[in-house]
Amino acid sequence: MAKFTKKKGGELPAISTASLPDIVFMLLFFFMVVTVLRDSNLLVENTLPKADQVEKLRKDRSVFIFAGKPSDRYQKKYGTEAKIQIGDKYTDVSSLRSALTELRGKLRPELQDKVMVALKVDENTNTGVVSDIKEELRELNMLKIIYITTPGNQLDN
Amino acid sequence: MARRSTPEVNAGSMADIAFLLLIFFLVTTTIEKDKGIARNLPPKVEQKEDINIKKKNLFEVLVNKDDQLLVEEAPMKLKDLRQAAIDFLDNGGFPSSDPGYCSYCKGKRDPNSSDNPEKAIISVKSDRLTSYKMYIAVQNELVGAYNFLRNRESQRLYGWKYTDMKKQLDEGAFKNTPVKEEKVKEKLKKIQEMFPLKLSEAETKKN
Repeated sequence: MAKFTKKKGGELPAISTASLPDIVFMLLFFFMVVTVLRDSNLLVENTLPKADQVEKLRKDRSVFIFAGKPSDRYQKKYGTEAKIQIGDKYTDVSSLRSALTELRGKLRPELQDKVMVALKVDENTNTGVVSDIKEELRELNMLKIIYITTPGNQLDN
Repeated sequence: MARRSTPEVNAGSMADIAFLLLIFFLVTTTIEKDKGIARNLPPKVEQKEDINIKKKNLFEVLVNKDDQLLVEEAPMKLKDLRQAAIDFLDNGGFPSSDPGYCSYCKGKRDPNSSDNPEKAIISVKSDRLTSYKMYIAVQNELVGAYNFLRNRESQRLYGWKYTDMKKQLDEGAFKNTPVKEEKVKEKLKKIQEMFPLKLSEAETKKN
């Protein structure tokens, strides 16, 4: 009889955690693959306007221009007037051309003449800054632009 | 026997290390989702030639520095802009005897509005102090008007929506079937020709 009673007293068997590292590794690899480390540090405020009639940006052939008020921590130094940022630093309208040519040089050679300029402009900026940029782009003959927006509709609010 | 087996490495902390890395990548990940309104700028030309455009074929949108709209010399709310643009583009004012007659237009056929979609031009003028938010909102509404008309025509001719098909094409849905891809491109082009995107942007007014 002792044979049976012994078994009954057993606790719940512990769940094996041996495969936990495998699961975690799988997740890890997923995130490693999809991760794009931020290549440029935002120096300007960048709340994008809303739009719904949008197209997708093709990242392999685009260069980015940011514009907006300097972020809070830079406002003391640079004031609150809207500024243009390319790469990691502020750029003047006058030096926009050289900065853009340099950026275009970094793209794959076969895509360089299909370059698309992605404008990430803060919604509270004046249109004047944008038209200055566009004027420079026409000079450079980089005519394809895309205004980056966030999903939504301006009419909703 | 001097040879001793090497002690096994404890793999218990492996999960912890992996977790640490996992959390790092979780935090730094920004999954890219950039989308926007694409536009082609007009190329730089040396001399400005005067092109004669009839006033009735021009749909003027003015945005002032306080973000107010003036459409065809009358103030308008942003929410009415899309319908106004659709009415203008879809008008088809030419009589049916004219070679430029627009057979697929469903508008009012008002002789004082645009002749056909081919000739209809939308002109947007904004002040330098207009906010970018408003500027994009106006652009969005106007592109919306074009998309509405293009969708209507592609729905009628081919049974699918222009915007849906364009999206699929951009995402590379037909990459493996080049023949089909060509066909779709051709059809999209035909729709584009029915309602060509003619959005003119005058240089912003200097103050």
